Amino acid sequence: MAKRIDVSDLNIYYGNFLAVEGVNVSIEPRSITALIGPSGCGKSTFLRSINRMHEVLPGARVEGKIVMDGQDLYGADVDPVNVRRQIGMVFQRPNPFPTMSIYDNVAAGMRLNAKKMKKTDTDELVERSLRGANLWNEVKDRLDRPGSSLSGGQQQRLCIARAIAVEPDVLLMDEPCSALDPISTLAIEDLMTELKERFTIVIVTHNMQQAARVSEQTGFFNLNGVGQPGRLIEFNPTEKIFSNPDEKATEDYISGRFG
Amino acid sequence: MTTSAPPRPPQSPDRPKRRRGDRIFAGSATGAGIFILVVLAGVAVFLVAESWPAVVAPAEDVSGGEGLTSYITPLIFGTLLASVIALVIATPLAVAIALFITNYAPRRLAAGLGYVIDLLAAIPSIVYGFWGIFALAPALVPFYAWAERNLGFIPLFAGPASATGRTMLTAGIVLAVMILPIISAISREVFSQAPALHREAALALGATRWEMIRMAVLPYGKSGIIGGAMLGLGRALGETLAIALVLSASGGITFNLISNSNPSTIAANIALQFPESTGLQVNTLIASGLALFVITLAVNMLARWVVTRRADFSGAN
Repeated sequence: MAKRIDVSDLNIYYGNFLAVEGVNVSIEPRSITALIGPSGCGKSTFLRSINRMHEVLPGARVEGKIVMDGQDLYGADVDPVNVRRQIGMVFQRPNPFPTMSIYDNVAAGMRLNAKKMKKTDTDELVERSLRGANLWNEVKDRLDRPGSSLSGGQQQRLCIARAIAVEPDVLLMDEPCSALDPISTLAIEDLMTELKERFTIVIVTHNMQQAARVSEQTGFFNLNGVGQPGRLIEFNPTEKIFSNPDEKATEDYISGRFG
Repeated sequence: MTTSAPPRPPQSPDRPKRRRGDRIFAGSATGAGIFILVVLAGVAVFLVAESWPAVVAPAEDVSGGEGLTSYITPLIFGTLLASVIALVIATPLAVAIALFITNYAPRRLAAGLGYVIDLLAAIPSIVYGFWGIFALAPALVPFYAWAERNLGFIPLFAGPASATGRTMLTAGIVLAVMILPIISAISREVFSQAPALHREAALALGATRWEMIRMAVLPYGKSGIIGGAMLGLGRALGETLAIALVLSASGGITFNLISNSNPSTIAANIALQFPESTGLQVNTLIASGLALFVITLAVNMLARWVVTRRADFSGAN
Protein backbone atom coordinates (compact mmCIF):
# COMPACT_ATOMS: atom_id res chain seq x y z
CA MET A 1 0.00 0.00 0.00
CA ALA A 2 2.85 2.35 0.75
CA LYS A 3 3.59 4.51 -2.25
CA ARG A 4 6.52 6.45 -3.57
CA ILE A 5 6.37 10.22 -3.96
CA ASP A 6 8.34 12.14 -6.57
CA VAL A 7 8.49 15.91 -6.32
CA SER A 8 9.92 17.89 -9.21
CA ASP A 9 10.59 21.64 -9.48
CA LEU A 10 8.01 22.48 -6.85
CA ASN A 11 7.32 26.14 -6.07
CA ILE A 12 4.74 26.97 -3.42
CA TYR A 13 3.07 30.36 -3.31
CA TYR A 14 0.80 32.14 -0.86
CA GLY A 15 -0.76 34.74 -3.11
CA ASN A 16 2.25 36.43 -4.72
CA PHE A 17 4.64 35.37 -1.99
CA LEU A 18 6.95 32.54 -3.00
CA ALA A 19 7.24 30.47 0.18
CA VAL A 20 9.15 27.44 -1.04
CA GLU A 21 11.25 27.28 -4.18
CA GLY A 22 12.59 24.54 -6.43
CA VAL A 23 12.09 21.36 -4.43
CA ASN A 24 13.21 18.15 -6.16
CA VAL A 25 13.04 15.03 -4.06
CA SER A 26 12.03 11.38 -4.12
CA ILE A 27 10.43 9.91 -1.04
CA GLU A 28 10.81 6.16 -0.71
CA PRO A 29 7.94 3.89 0.30
CA ARG A 30 8.10 1.90 3.56
CA SER A 31 10.55 4.28 5.12
CA ILE A 32 10.57 7.37 7.30
CA THR A 33 11.72 10.61 5.73
CA ALA A 34 12.47 13.45 8.14
CA LEU A 35 12.41 17.13 7.26
CA ILE A 36 14.45 19.43 9.48
CA GLY A 37 15.36 23.09 9.37
CA PRO A 38 14.84 26.37 11.20
CA SER A 39 11.38 27.84 11.83
CA GLY A 40 9.79 29.53 8.84
CA CYS A 41 11.94 27.69 6.30
CA GLY A 42 8.97 26.11 4.54
CA LYS A 43 9.24 22.50 5.65
CA SER A 44 5.70 22.45 7.07
CA THR A 45 4.42 24.24 3.98
CA PHE A 46 6.10 21.62 1.82
CA LEU A 47 4.66 18.82 3.94
CA ARG A 48 1.16 20.27 3.68
CA SER A 49 1.50 20.65 -0.08
CA ILE A 50 1.91 16.86 -0.36
CA ASN A 51 -1.72 16.25 0.61
CA ARG A 52 -2.85 19.66 -0.63
CA MET A 53 -3.72 20.83 2.90
CA HIS A 54 -1.98 24.16 2.31
CA GLU A 55 -4.81 25.00 -0.09
CA VAL A 56 -7.03 25.56 2.95
CA LEU A 57 -5.50 29.04 3.07
CA PRO A 58 -6.91 31.33 0.38
CA GLY A 59 -4.44 32.20 -2.37
CA ALA A 60 -2.20 29.16 -1.88
CA ARG A 61 -1.04 27.46 -5.07
CA VAL A 62 1.87 25.46 -6.45
CA GLU A 63 3.93 25.18 -9.61
CA GLY A 64 5.69 21.95 -10.51
CA LYS A 65 4.71 18.39 -9.90
CA ILE A 66 4.10 15.97 -7.09
CA VAL A 67 3.60 12.46 -8.39
CA MET A 68 2.55 9.51 -6.24
CA ASP A 69 3.16 6.17 -7.97
CA GLY A 70 2.54 7.75 -11.35
CA GLN A 71 -0.51 9.75 -10.27
CA ASP A 72 -0.08 13.52 -10.54
CA LEU A 73 -1.55 14.92 -7.32
CA TYR A 74 -2.02 18.35 -8.89
CA GLY A 75 -3.52 17.11 -12.15
CA ALA A 76 -6.41 19.14 -13.53
CA ASP A 77 -9.01 16.48 -12.75
CA VAL A 78 -7.71 15.54 -9.32
CA ASP A 79 -9.96 16.36 -6.37
CA PRO A 80 -7.96 17.43 -3.31
CA VAL A 81 -10.49 15.56 -1.19
CA ASN A 82 -9.39 12.29 -2.82
CA VAL A 83 -5.73 13.17 -2.37
CA ARG A 84 -6.32 13.63 1.34
CA ARG A 85 -8.08 10.30 1.57
CA GLN A 86 -4.90 8.64 0.28
CA ILE A 87 -2.45 10.76 2.23
CA GLY A 88 -3.24 11.03 5.92
CA MET A 89 -1.93 13.69 8.25
CA VAL A 90 -1.10 14.04 11.93
CA PHE A 91 -0.76 17.55 13.30
CA GLN A 92 1.47 19.30 15.76
CA ARG A 93 -1.18 19.61 18.44
CA PRO A 94 -3.33 16.55 19.07
CA ASN A 95 -6.74 17.33 17.58
CA PRO A 96 -9.29 14.59 18.24
CA PHE A 97 -12.82 15.80 17.56
CA PRO A 98 -13.98 16.99 20.98
CA THR A 99 -17.63 16.32 20.23
CA MET A 100 -17.02 12.69 19.36
CA SER A 101 -16.23 9.67 21.49
CA ILE A 102 -12.92 7.83 21.14
CA TYR A 103 -14.73 5.19 19.09
CA ASP A 104 -16.33 7.74 16.76
CA ASN A 105 -13.05 9.58 16.30
CA VAL A 106 -11.42 6.46 14.92
CA ALA A 107 -14.42 5.61 12.76
CA ALA A 108 -14.82 9.19 11.48
CA GLY A 109 -12.68 8.82 8.37
CA MET A 110 -14.32 5.57 7.33
CA ARG A 111 -17.79 7.04 7.76
CA LEU A 112 -16.79 9.90 5.46
CA ASN A 113 -16.44 7.47 2.62
CA ALA A 114 -20.20 7.14 2.95
CA LYS A 115 -20.02 3.40 3.00
CA LYS A 116 -22.66 1.77 5.15
CA MET A 117 -20.66 -0.38 7.52
CA LYS A 118 -21.93 -3.13 9.71
CA LYS A 119 -21.49 -2.55 13.43
CA THR A 120 -19.19 -5.56 13.75
CA ASP A 121 -17.01 -4.32 10.86
CA THR A 122 -16.73 -0.90 12.43
CA ASP A 123 -15.90 -2.46 15.81
CA GLU A 124 -13.18 -4.48 14.16
CA LEU A 125 -11.77 -1.47 12.30
CA VAL A 126 -11.70 0.62 15.47
CA GLU A 127 -9.95 -2.12 17.43
CA ARG A 128 -7.45 -2.78 14.62
CA SER A 129 -6.62 0.92 14.26
CA LEU A 130 -6.30 1.49 18.00
CA ARG A 131 -4.05 -1.57 18.31
CA GLY A 132 -2.06 -0.23 15.36
CA ALA A 133 -1.57 2.99 17.29
CA ASN A 134 -0.63 1.13 20.50
CA LEU A 135 -3.61 2.65 22.27
CA TRP A 136 -6.10 -0.20 22.48
CA ASN A 137 -5.15 -1.49 25.92
CA GLU A 138 -5.38 1.96 27.43
CA VAL A 139 -8.81 2.88 26.05
CA LYS A 140 -10.69 -0.35 25.39
CA ASP A 141 -12.83 0.10 28.50
CA ARG A 142 -13.86 3.67 27.73
CA LEU A 143 -14.42 3.87 24.01
CA ASP A 144 -17.55 5.95 24.58
CA ARG A 145 -15.71 8.69 26.45
CA PRO A 146 -14.79 11.90 24.61
CA GLY A 147 -11.40 11.93 22.91
CA SER A 148 -10.50 15.03 24.86
CA SER A 149 -10.57 13.03 28.12
CA LEU A 150 -7.25 11.40 27.20
CA SER A 151 -3.75 12.67 27.99
CA GLY A 152 -1.84 14.60 25.31
CA GLY A 153 0.23 11.60 24.25
CA GLN A 154 -2.83 9.36 24.13
CA GLN A 155 -4.70 11.99 22.11
CA GLN A 156 -1.88 12.09 19.59
CA ARG A 157 -1.94 8.29 19.27
CA LEU A 158 -5.73 8.54 18.88
CA CYS A 159 -5.13 10.94 15.99
CA ILE A 160 -2.68 8.46 14.47
CA ALA A 161 -5.28 5.70 14.87
CA ARG A 162 -7.83 7.95 13.16
CA ALA A 163 -5.41 8.62 10.30
CA ILE A 164 -4.44 4.98 9.72
CA ALA A 165 -8.04 3.74 10.01
CA VAL A 166 -8.72 4.84 6.43
CA GLU A 167 -5.66 2.83 5.22
CA PRO A 168 -3.85 5.72 3.53
CA ASP A 169 -0.80 5.18 1.33
CA VAL A 170 1.23 7.90 2.97
CA LEU A 171 1.26 9.35 6.48
CA LEU A 172 2.41 12.94 6.96
CA MET A 173 3.37 14.05 10.47
CA ASP A 174 3.85 17.73 11.25
CA GLU A 175 5.95 17.89 14.41
CA PRO A 176 3.83 15.18 16.03
CA CYS A 177 5.78 15.12 19.30
CA SER A 178 6.49 18.78 19.93
CA ALA A 179 3.58 19.08 22.40
CA LEU A 180 4.39 15.85 24.21
CA ASP A 181 6.56 14.79 27.14
CA PRO A 182 9.60 12.51 26.53
CA ILE A 183 7.79 9.29 27.47
CA SER A 184 4.87 9.97 25.11
CA THR A 185 7.41 11.00 22.46
CA LEU A 186 9.17 7.65 22.83
CA ALA A 187 5.83 5.85 22.45
CA ILE A 188 5.11 7.72 19.22
CA GLU A 189 8.62 7.09 17.86
CA ASP A 190 8.27 3.36 18.54
CA LEU A 191 4.93 3.48 16.82
CA MET A 192 6.41 5.21 13.77
CA THR A 193 9.00 2.47 13.43
CA GLU A 194 6.20 -0.11 13.39
CA LEU A 195 4.05 1.89 10.98
CA LYS A 196 6.75 2.31 8.37
CA GLU A 197 6.30 -1.38 7.49
CA ARG A 198 2.92 -0.42 6.03
CA PHE A 199 3.09 3.27 5.14
CA THR A 200 5.34 5.86 3.61
CA ILE A 201 5.98 8.28 6.46
CA VAL A 202 7.15 11.87 6.17
CA ILE A 203 7.79 13.72 9.41
CA VAL A 204 8.65 17.34 10.09
CA THR A 205 10.57 17.73 13.31
CA HIS A 206 12.56 20.34 15.22
CA ASN A 207 14.13 17.62 17.28
CA MET A 208 17.28 16.52 15.48
CA GLN A 209 17.84 13.55 17.76
CA GLN A 210 14.38 12.41 16.75
CA ALA A 211 15.22 12.71 13.08
CA ALA A 212 18.44 10.78 13.67
CA ARG A 213 16.66 8.07 15.70
CA VAL A 214 13.72 7.29 13.46
CA SER A 215 14.40 8.27 9.87
CA GLU A 216 16.16 6.68 6.92
CA GLN A 217 16.35 9.83 4.81
CA THR A 218 16.63 13.40 5.98
CA GLY A 219 15.98 16.63 4.12
CA PHE A 220 17.35 19.95 5.37
CA PHE A 221 15.38 23.09 4.53
CA ASN A 222 16.78 26.57 4.92
CA LEU A 223 16.20 30.11 3.75
CA ASN A 224 18.64 32.90 3.03
CA GLY A 225 16.74 35.57 4.91
CA VAL A 226 13.34 36.84 5.97
CA GLY A 227 11.08 37.25 2.94
CA GLN A 228 13.21 34.86 0.89
CA PRO A 229 11.75 31.54 -0.22
CA GLY A 230 12.72 28.37 1.63
CA ARG A 231 14.77 25.75 -0.24
CA LEU A 232 15.62 22.13 0.20
CA ILE A 233 19.36 22.49 0.76
CA GLU A 234 20.31 18.87 1.14
CA PHE A 235 18.57 15.50 0.96
CA ASN A 236 20.58 12.45 1.92
CA PRO A 237 20.50 9.29 4.00
CA THR A 238 20.11 10.24 7.65
CA GLU A 239 23.46 8.74 8.64
CA LYS A 240 25.26 10.85 6.09
CA ILE A 241 23.44 14.04 7.04
CA PHE A 242 24.37 13.65 10.67
CA SER A 243 27.97 12.51 10.14
CA ASN A 244 29.27 13.95 6.91
CA PRO A 245 26.82 16.30 5.21
CA ASP A 246 27.54 17.63 1.73
CA GLU A 247 26.62 21.21 2.55
CA LYS A 248 28.25 23.52 5.03
CA ALA A 249 24.85 24.99 6.01
CA THR A 250 23.58 21.55 7.00
CA GLU A 251 26.62 20.92 9.16
CA ASP A 252 26.26 24.33 10.82
CA TYR A 253 22.59 23.68 11.57
CA ILE A 254 22.94 20.19 13.03
CA SER A 255 25.97 21.13 15.08
CA GLY A 256 24.16 24.17 16.48
CA ARG A 257 26.45 26.76 14.87
CA PHE A 258 23.58 28.25 13.04
CA GLY A 259 22.50 31.81 12.42
CA MET B 1 5.72 59.89 40.00
CA THR B 2 9.09 59.08 41.47
CA THR B 3 8.15 58.15 45.01
CA SER B 4 9.10 54.61 45.84
CA ALA B 5 6.84 52.41 47.89
CA PRO B 6 7.92 51.92 51.53
CA PRO B 7 9.14 48.42 52.33
CA ARG B 8 6.16 46.19 53.08
CA PRO B 9 5.88 44.39 56.38
CA PRO B 10 6.22 40.62 55.97
CA GLN B 11 2.90 38.88 55.42
CA SER B 12 1.58 36.53 58.01
CA PRO B 13 1.73 33.14 56.32
CA ASP B 14 -1.74 31.94 57.27
CA ARG B 15 -3.66 34.85 55.80
CA PRO B 16 -3.34 35.73 52.10
CA LYS B 17 -3.11 39.45 51.48
CA ARG B 18 -6.15 41.01 49.84
CA ARG B 19 -5.34 43.97 47.68
CA ARG B 20 -7.67 46.91 47.55
CA GLY B 21 -8.28 46.64 43.79
CA ASP B 22 -9.29 43.02 44.23
CA ARG B 23 -11.69 43.89 47.02
CA ILE B 24 -13.31 46.71 45.06
CA PHE B 25 -13.69 44.57 41.96
CA ALA B 26 -15.00 41.55 43.86
CA GLY B 27 -17.43 43.79 45.72
CA SER B 28 -18.81 45.55 42.66
CA ALA B 29 -19.11 42.32 40.69
CA THR B 30 -20.92 40.62 43.55
CA GLY B 31 -23.12 43.69 43.93
CA ALA B 32 -24.07 43.62 40.27
CA GLY B 33 -24.90 39.94 40.56
CA ILE B 34 -27.08 40.47 43.60
CA PHE B 35 -28.74 43.51 42.02
CA ILE B 36 -30.01 41.52 39.05
CA LEU B 37 -31.45 38.88 41.38
CA VAL B 38 -33.17 41.57 43.43
CA VAL B 39 -34.69 43.12 40.30
CA LEU B 40 -35.91 39.73 39.14
CA ALA B 41 -37.41 38.97 42.54
CA GLY B 42 -38.99 42.43 42.60
CA VAL B 43 -40.66 41.87 39.25
CA ALA B 44 -41.92 38.48 40.35
CA VAL B 45 -43.31 39.86 43.62
CA PHE B 46 -45.04 42.72 41.80
CA LEU B 47 -46.60 40.39 39.24
CA VAL B 48 -47.85 37.95 41.87
CA ALA B 49 -49.23 40.70 44.13
CA GLU B 50 -50.99 42.54 41.32
CA SER B 51 -52.47 39.43 39.75
CA TRP B 52 -53.67 37.97 43.05
CA PRO B 53 -57.09 39.75 42.96
CA ALA B 54 -57.79 38.17 39.57
CA VAL B 55 -56.79 34.74 40.86
CA VAL B 56 -59.19 34.84 43.83
CA ALA B 57 -62.00 36.70 42.05
CA PRO B 58 -65.22 34.79 41.26
CA ALA B 59 -65.17 33.39 37.74
CA GLU B 60 -67.96 35.55 36.34
CA ASP B 61 -66.18 38.79 37.34
CA VAL B 62 -63.07 38.05 35.25
CA SER B 63 -63.00 39.34 31.64
CA GLY B 64 -64.78 36.81 29.48
CA GLY B 65 -66.91 35.67 32.38
CA GLU B 66 -65.50 32.15 32.66
CA GLY B 67 -62.64 32.55 35.07
CA LEU B 68 -58.95 33.31 34.85
CA THR B 69 -57.80 29.97 33.46
CA SER B 70 -60.10 29.97 30.47
CA TYR B 71 -59.13 33.59 29.79
CA ILE B 72 -55.39 33.01 29.85
CA THR B 73 -55.14 29.54 28.26
CA PRO B 74 -55.92 30.65 24.66
CA LEU B 75 -53.46 33.52 25.07
CA ILE B 76 -50.70 31.18 26.22
CA PHE B 77 -51.53 28.90 23.35
CA GLY B 78 -51.43 31.75 20.82
CA THR B 79 -48.13 33.03 22.22
CA LEU B 80 -46.49 29.61 22.02
CA LEU B 81 -47.92 28.89 18.58
CA ALA B 82 -46.71 32.15 17.03
CA SER B 83 -43.28 31.74 18.62
CA VAL B 84 -42.88 28.13 17.58
CA ILE B 85 -43.82 28.98 13.98
CA ALA B 86 -41.24 31.78 14.05
CA LEU B 87 -38.59 29.48 15.48
CA VAL B 88 -39.26 26.68 13.02
CA ILE B 89 -38.90 29.09 10.11
CA ALA B 90 -36.05 31.21 11.41
CA THR B 91 -33.63 28.68 12.93
CA PRO B 92 -32.72 26.66 9.83
CA LEU B 93 -32.59 29.82 7.76
CA ALA B 94 -30.38 31.61 10.27
CA VAL B 95 -28.03 28.65 10.59
CA ALA B 96 -27.77 28.41 6.81
CA ILE B 97 -27.03 32.13 6.54
CA ALA B 98 -24.40 31.88 9.26
CA LEU B 99 -22.76 28.90 7.55
CA PHE B 100 -22.77 30.68 4.23
CA ILE B 101 -21.16 33.77 5.73
CA THR B 102 -18.52 31.90 7.72
CA ASN B 103 -17.66 29.06 5.35
CA TYR B 104 -18.76 29.67 1.79
CA ALA B 105 -18.99 33.35 0.93
CA PRO B 106 -16.00 35.27 -0.42
CA ARG B 107 -14.65 37.48 2.32
CA ARG B 108 -15.98 40.77 0.99
CA LEU B 109 -19.48 39.47 0.37
CA ALA B 110 -19.46 37.87 3.82
CA ALA B 111 -18.73 41.16 5.57
CA GLY B 112 -21.43 43.01 3.63
CA LEU B 113 -24.03 40.32 4.12
CA GLY B 114 -23.31 40.05 7.84
CA TYR B 115 -23.79 43.79 8.13
CA VAL B 116 -27.15 43.70 6.33
CA ILE B 117 -28.43 40.87 8.52
CA ASP B 118 -27.38 42.76 11.64
CA LEU B 119 -29.30 45.74 10.31
CA LEU B 120 -32.50 43.69 10.42
CA ALA B 121 -32.16 43.66 14.19
CA ALA B 122 -32.10 47.45 14.29
CA ILE B 123 -35.49 47.89 12.60
CA PRO B 124 -38.15 48.90 15.15
CA SER B 125 -40.91 46.33 15.65
CA ILE B 126 -43.61 48.83 14.65
CA VAL B 127 -42.03 48.94 11.20
CA TYR B 128 -42.19 45.16 11.02
CA GLY B 129 -45.84 45.46 11.98
CA PHE B 130 -46.55 47.84 9.13
CA TRP B 131 -44.59 45.68 6.72
CA GLY B 132 -46.55 42.64 7.85
CA ILE B 133 -49.95 44.26 7.55
CA PHE B 134 -49.46 46.22 4.33
CA ALA B 135 -46.97 44.14 2.35
CA LEU B 136 -46.65 40.58 3.61
CA ALA B 137 -50.29 39.84 4.49
CA PRO B 138 -51.79 40.83 1.09
CA ALA B 139 -48.98 39.02 -0.70
CA LEU B 140 -49.76 35.82 1.17
CA VAL B 141 -53.53 35.84 0.46
CA PRO B 142 -53.24 33.87 -2.81
CA PHE B 143 -50.96 31.35 -1.12
CA TYR B 144 -53.48 30.83 1.69
CA ALA B 145 -56.25 30.24 -0.82
CA TRP B 146 -54.04 27.75 -2.64
CA ALA B 147 -53.10 26.03 0.62
CA GLU B 148 -56.76 25.67 1.60
CA ARG B 149 -57.61 24.04 -1.72
CA ASN B 150 -54.62 21.73 -1.96
CA LEU B 151 -53.44 21.18 1.60
CA GLY B 152 -56.80 21.53 3.33
CA PHE B 153 -56.65 17.93 4.58
CA ILE B 154 -53.87 19.03 6.97
CA PRO B 155 -55.51 20.65 10.00
CA LEU B 156 -52.94 23.49 9.85
CA PHE B 157 -54.40 24.62 6.53
CA ALA B 158 -58.06 23.78 7.11
CA GLY B 159 -59.27 27.28 6.28
CA PRO B 160 -61.47 29.09 5.50
CA ALA B 161 -58.56 31.05 4.10
CA SER B 162 -58.31 34.62 5.32
CA ALA B 163 -59.11 37.30 2.75
CA THR B 164 -56.89 39.84 4.50
CA GLY B 165 -53.92 37.56 5.13
CA ARG B 166 -53.76 38.62 8.79
CA THR B 167 -53.35 35.09 10.04
CA MET B 168 -51.34 33.23 12.63
CA LEU B 169 -48.94 32.10 9.91
CA THR B 170 -48.35 35.68 8.75
CA ALA B 171 -47.67 36.71 12.34
CA GLY B 172 -45.25 33.80 12.69
CA ILE B 173 -43.40 34.79 9.52
CA VAL B 174 -43.07 38.40 10.68
CA LEU B 175 -41.71 37.15 14.00
CA ALA B 176 -39.32 34.85 12.13
CA VAL B 177 -37.83 37.78 10.23
CA MET B 178 -37.50 39.68 13.49
CA ILE B 179 -35.62 36.94 15.33
CA LEU B 180 -33.52 35.89 12.31
CA PRO B 181 -30.69 38.38 13.00
CA ILE B 182 -30.36 37.31 16.64
CA ILE B 183 -30.01 33.64 15.81
CA SER B 184 -27.78 34.17 12.81
CA ALA B 185 -25.49 36.62 14.63
CA ILE B 186 -24.88 34.19 17.48
CA SER B 187 -24.51 31.19 15.16
CA ARG B 188 -22.09 33.16 13.02
CA GLU B 189 -20.03 34.01 16.05
CA VAL B 190 -19.70 30.41 17.22
CA PHE B 191 -19.13 29.06 13.71
CA SER B 192 -16.30 31.46 13.10
CA GLN B 193 -14.70 30.30 16.35
CA ALA B 194 -14.73 26.63 15.39
CA PRO B 195 -11.06 25.78 15.96
CA ALA B 196 -8.90 25.56 12.82
CA LEU B 197 -7.31 22.54 14.51
CA HIS B 198 -10.47 20.49 14.19
CA ARG B 199 -11.46 21.84 10.80
CA GLU B 200 -8.06 20.79 9.49
CA ALA B 201 -8.40 17.41 11.17
CA ALA B 202 -11.60 16.82 9.23
CA LEU B 203 -10.16 18.08 5.94
CA ALA B 204 -7.03 15.97 6.34
CA LEU B 205 -9.22 12.88 6.70
CA GLY B 206 -10.60 13.63 3.26
CA ALA B 207 -13.76 15.47 4.26
CA THR B 208 -15.49 17.68 1.72
CA ARG B 209 -16.37 21.14 2.87
CA TRP B 210 -19.86 20.11 3.91
CA GLU B 211 -18.55 17.03 5.71
CA MET B 212 -16.00 19.21 7.48
CA ILE B 213 -18.82 21.50 8.60
CA ARG B 214 -20.79 18.52 9.88
CA MET B 215 -17.83 17.05 11.74
CA ALA B 216 -16.09 20.09 13.14
CA VAL B 217 -18.25 23.20 12.87
CA LEU B 218 -21.84 22.22 13.63
CA PRO B 219 -21.11 20.04 16.68
CA TYR B 220 -18.90 22.78 18.05
CA GLY B 221 -21.57 25.41 17.42
CA LYS B 222 -24.53 23.39 18.63
CA SER B 223 -24.81 25.03 22.02
CA GLY B 224 -24.48 28.42 20.32
CA ILE B 225 -27.30 27.61 17.90
CA ILE B 226 -29.52 26.51 20.77
CA GLY B 227 -28.60 29.58 22.79
CA GLY B 228 -29.34 31.85 19.84
CA ALA B 229 -32.63 30.11 19.15
CA MET B 230 -33.67 30.51 22.77
CA LEU B 231 -32.77 34.20 22.74
CA GLY B 232 -34.85 34.52 19.58
CA LEU B 233 -37.67 32.61 21.23
CA GLY B 234 -37.48 35.02 24.14
CA ARG B 235 -37.94 37.94 21.79
CA ALA B 236 -40.74 36.18 19.90
CA LEU B 237 -42.61 35.35 23.11
CA GLY B 238 -42.53 38.93 24.29
CA GLU B 239 -43.08 40.63 20.93
CA THR B 240 -46.01 42.98 21.20
CA LEU B 241 -46.48 45.62 18.54
CA ALA B 242 -45.93 43.61 15.40
CA ILE B 243 -48.36 40.93 16.56
CA ALA B 244 -50.91 43.48 17.73
CA LEU B 245 -50.88 45.04 14.29
CA VAL B 246 -50.70 41.96 12.11
CA LEU B 247 -52.79 39.33 13.83
CA SER B 248 -56.53 39.31 13.42
CA ALA B 249 -57.38 37.87 16.82
CA SER B 250 -60.70 36.52 17.97
CA GLY B 251 -59.71 34.17 20.77
CA GLY B 252 -60.18 30.44 21.01
CA ILE B 253 -57.69 27.64 20.54
CA THR B 254 -57.05 26.42 17.01
CA PHE B 255 -54.17 24.98 15.02
CA ASN B 256 -55.68 26.45 11.86
CA LEU B 257 -52.94 28.82 10.71
CA ILE B 258 -54.58 30.47 7.70
CA SER B 259 -58.01 31.63 8.90
CA ASN B 260 -59.32 34.92 10.23
CA SER B 261 -60.04 33.61 13.71
CA ASN B 262 -56.85 33.27 15.70
CA PRO B 263 -55.91 33.19 19.34
CA SER B 264 -54.15 36.39 20.39
CA THR B 265 -50.81 36.39 22.18
CA ILE B 266 -50.28 37.50 25.76
CA ALA B 267 -48.18 40.56 24.99
CA ALA B 268 -50.33 41.75 22.07
CA ASN B 269 -53.48 41.24 24.11
CA ILE B 270 -52.12 43.30 26.99
CA ALA B 271 -51.17 46.11 24.63
CA LEU B 272 -54.58 46.13 22.96
CA GLN B 273 -56.73 45.76 26.09
CA PHE B 274 -54.82 47.76 28.65
CA PRO B 275 -55.90 51.30 27.67
CA GLU B 276 -59.59 50.43 28.21
CA SER B 277 -59.19 48.30 31.29
CA THR B 278 -59.99 49.17 34.90
CA GLY B 279 -60.00 47.39 38.23
CA LEU B 280 -60.13 43.65 38.03
CA GLN B 281 -59.51 43.70 34.25
CA VAL B 282 -56.08 45.21 34.88
CA ASN B 283 -55.34 42.48 37.44
CA THR B 284 -56.35 39.87 34.88
CA LEU B 285 -53.97 41.32 32.28
CA ILE B 286 -51.16 41.38 34.83
CA ALA B 287 -51.90 37.75 35.63
CA SER B 288 -51.43 36.93 31.95
CA GLY B 289 -48.14 38.85 32.16
CA LEU B 290 -47.13 36.63 35.06
CA ALA B 291 -47.83 33.61 32.89
CA LEU B 292 -45.57 35.02 30.17
CA PHE B 293 -42.86 35.65 32.76
CA VAL B 294 -43.03 32.04 33.93
CA ILE B 295 -42.98 30.70 30.36
CA THR B 296 -39.94 32.76 29.43
CA LEU B 297 -38.13 31.65 32.57
CA ALA B 298 -38.97 28.02 31.86
CA VAL B 299 -37.78 28.30 28.25
CA ASN B 300 -34.46 29.75 29.36
CA MET B 301 -33.91 27.08 31.99
CA LEU B 302 -34.74 24.40 29.45
CA ALA B 303 -32.25 25.89 27.00
CA ARG B 304 -29.57 25.96 29.68
CA TRP B 305 -30.24 22.35 30.53
CA VAL B 306 -30.03 21.34 26.88
CA VAL B 307 -26.76 23.21 26.42
CA THR B 308 -25.05 21.73 29.47
CA ARG B 309 -26.40 18.21 29.15
CA ARG B 310 -23.43 16.92 27.19
CA ALA B 311 -20.81 19.31 28.54
CA ASP B 312 -18.10 16.63 28.25
CA PHE B 313 -18.52 16.64 24.50
CA SER B 314 -19.03 20.37 24.06
CA GLY B 315 -15.61 21.16 22.63
CA ALA B 316 -15.04 23.78 25.28
CA ASN B 317 -12.51 21.62 27.08
